[in-house]
Amino acid sequence: MPPFSTLREISSALASGDYSSVEVTQEHLDLIATLDPDTNSFITVDADAAIAQASAADVKRAGRSKAGADAGPLTGVPIAHKDIFCTLGTRTTAGSKMLADFVAPYNATVVDKLSAAGCVTLGKTNMDEFAMGSSNENSYFGAVKNPWDRKTVPGGSSGGSAAAVASGLTPAATGTDTGGSIRQPAAFCGITGLKPTYGRVSRYGMIAFASSLDQGGPLCRDANDAGLLLSAMAGFDPRDSTSANRSDDWLDNVAELGVPEVAPLKIGLPQEYFAKAGTASFLDSIKRELEQLGHTFVDVSLPHTDSAIPCYYVIAGAEASTNLSRYDGVRFGHRCDDPTSLEDLYERSRTEGFGAEVKRRILTGTYALSVGYYDAYYLKAQKIRRLIARDFDNTFASVDVLLTPTTPGTAFQRGALTQDPVAMYQQDLFTVPTSLAGLPAISFPCGFKDGLPLGAQAIAPAFREDLLLGLAAQYQTVTDFHLQRPGD
Amino acid sequence: MTEEINIQHLARLARLNLDTEATEHARSDLKNIVTMINAMQAVDTEGITPMAHPLDAAQRLRADVVSEEVDPEKFQAGAPETAQGYYLVPRVVE
Repeated sequence: MPPFSTLREISSALASGDYSSVEVTQEHLDLIATLDPDTNSFITVDADAAIAQASAADVKRAGRSKAGADAGPLTGVPIAHKDIFCTLGTRTTAGSKMLADFVAPYNATVVDKLSAAGCVTLGKTNMDEFAMGSSNENSYFGAVKNPWDRKTVPGGSSGGSAAAVASGLTPAATGTDTGGSIRQPAAFCGITGLKPTYGRVSRYGMIAFASSLDQGGPLCRDANDAGLLLSAMAGFDPRDSTSANRSDDWLDNVAELGVPEVAPLKIGLPQEYFAKAGTASFLDSIKRELEQLGHTFVDVSLPHTDSAIPCYYVIAGAEASTNLSRYDGVRFGHRCDDPTSLEDLYERSRTEGFGAEVKRRILTGTYALSVGYYDAYYLKAQKIRRLIARDFDNTFASVDVLLTPTTPGTAFQRGALTQDPVAMYQQDLFTVPTSLAGLPAISFPCGFKDGLPLGAQAIAPAFREDLLLGLAAQYQTVTDFHLQRPGD
Repeated sequence: MTEEINIQHLARLARLNLDTEATEHARSDLKNIVTMINAMQAVDTEGITPMAHPLDAAQRLRADVVSEEVDPEKFQAGAPETAQGYYLVPRVVE
C-alpha cells in the first residue's frame, strides 16, 4: 500500500484483492520498527499477534471461514489502541510504572468491538500517565516526539496515537479525551480527532481517570475515516452504567454511505475563544472557505468560558484522586519491596508507582474533597459546570455548531512548560468547556503556522457528531491541509 | 482559603510518602494550583443545582441477578502475592 493510506483506501485494496491484510499489516509493522524508535509513539507492539489477526482476516475476506459473508469494511485493516484500553494477553500500562507489567484479564468493550469488526491491532500507543497531561511528557515510557518538528510535543494525553497516525505508522488509532486529550494532539499533529458525546462510546475496560468526563474516540487521517471508526467503536454497553442507549441511522450507515452531508449551517463563533492572543488570524481562511460552501457565521458568547479551567481541574482532580485509590499494591499493579506493614505497603507502592503529575492531581483532588473544602471547591465546581453547560444550550438555540481554534497555539517545545503546571493546564482552555458539558467536538487541520499544523474545533449539541463529521468532511473536499505530511 | 496548605496531611490522606524536597515542590505547585482554582469563587452560583453528570443522565439500574462469573484464578493472575484465593498483605493483627 502507498504510505499514509486511509482506512477506506486500505479497505478497498483488501476488498479488491490487490493486497492481503498480512501484507498491509507487515508493511506497517516494518515502518514502526524503522521509524518509531525515534518517535516513541508505541509502548508495546505485538507483531506476532497482529500477523495472526491479519491472517484470520484474510481467511474471512476470502470467504473461507463461516463468518466470511459478514466481512465488514474494517476486516483486516490495521489500527492501534491507546494504551489505556485493556487488552487481553497484551499488557496495558496507561503510561505508568504502576501498571508497567499489568495484563488485563479482559478486553475493553472498544477493543472487543473493533476486533469483532475485523480490525488488526498493531500495538498500544504511548500516552501521558493515566491520561494526565497535554504534552505526552508525563509517560513512564518516555516522551513522544511530534513528527512535524521533533523538538516539539505531539500534545497529550493521546500523543502516541496522534504521532503514530501523523507519521504513517498506523492509518488510525483509538484515543480518549477527558479535557482535550484527543482534540489537542490531533491539532498539534495535523490529523482529525473526534471526541464523541459523553456516553456514545463505552468506558468499560478504559482505565478510569475522571469518570464523568472520560470518553473514547477515533484519531484518523480525515473525517470520513473518523466516522467509519466511530461507527465501529460506538454503541450501547450494559457494562458501562453511563453508556447511552440510542440508535442513530446515520451512524449505522456510515460504513455504507460515508458521513452524512451537511446542509448550510449557522456557525457560532464564541467571542471568548477569539479574545485570546494569537487566535484572531486563525479565522480568516477557514471562515472564507466555509462561507463559500454556503455556511453563515454569527458571533456568540459563552460567558463562563474563563471559569472552565479551574472548574475542570477541581472536578478531574477529585475524580482522579478517587479513581486512583484502587492502586494499593494489593490486587494488581506495582508493589514495593519488603513492606513492613499494610500502611507501608500502600504508601511506598503508590509513591514508587505514580509519577509527578499524577501525584499532583491526586493531591489537588484530595484537597478539593477534604473536610471543610468540599463545598468551596467540589460543589462550587459542579455548579459552575452547570453554568458552562447552560451557556452551550443557550447558544445552540440559535446556531447549529460552534467553531473555535482547538488550541491557543501550535505545538510547543518539549520541556517548555514542564516546570509550570498551571501554564500547562492553560493549554486546555478551548477543549475543557465541551468536556464539562459532555458535548461532542472534532478537531481537524485548518492550516499551518511556521511549519506546524493548526487545528480547528467544531462543537455540536449532544449526539450530533453527524454535523461535525459532515462539516469537516466537506471542508476536507476543498482544502488539502489534512493531506500534508511531515517532511514533505 | 489562603492559609498554608498542610501538604503532609494531604499526602497522608492520599497514602503518598513525600520527602522534604518533594514536599516543598508539592507545596509550591499546590499553592499555584489553588490560586488558579480560587478564581471560581468569583462566579455567582446562587440557586444553581450542582451538575454531577454531563447531560444530567440518571444512573441506570439493572436487575439484581448474577451477570458475571468471576474466575479468581484469572483475576488474581496479576496480583503481587496470593495464596489459596486470598490476597496476601503484611500482618495486620498482631
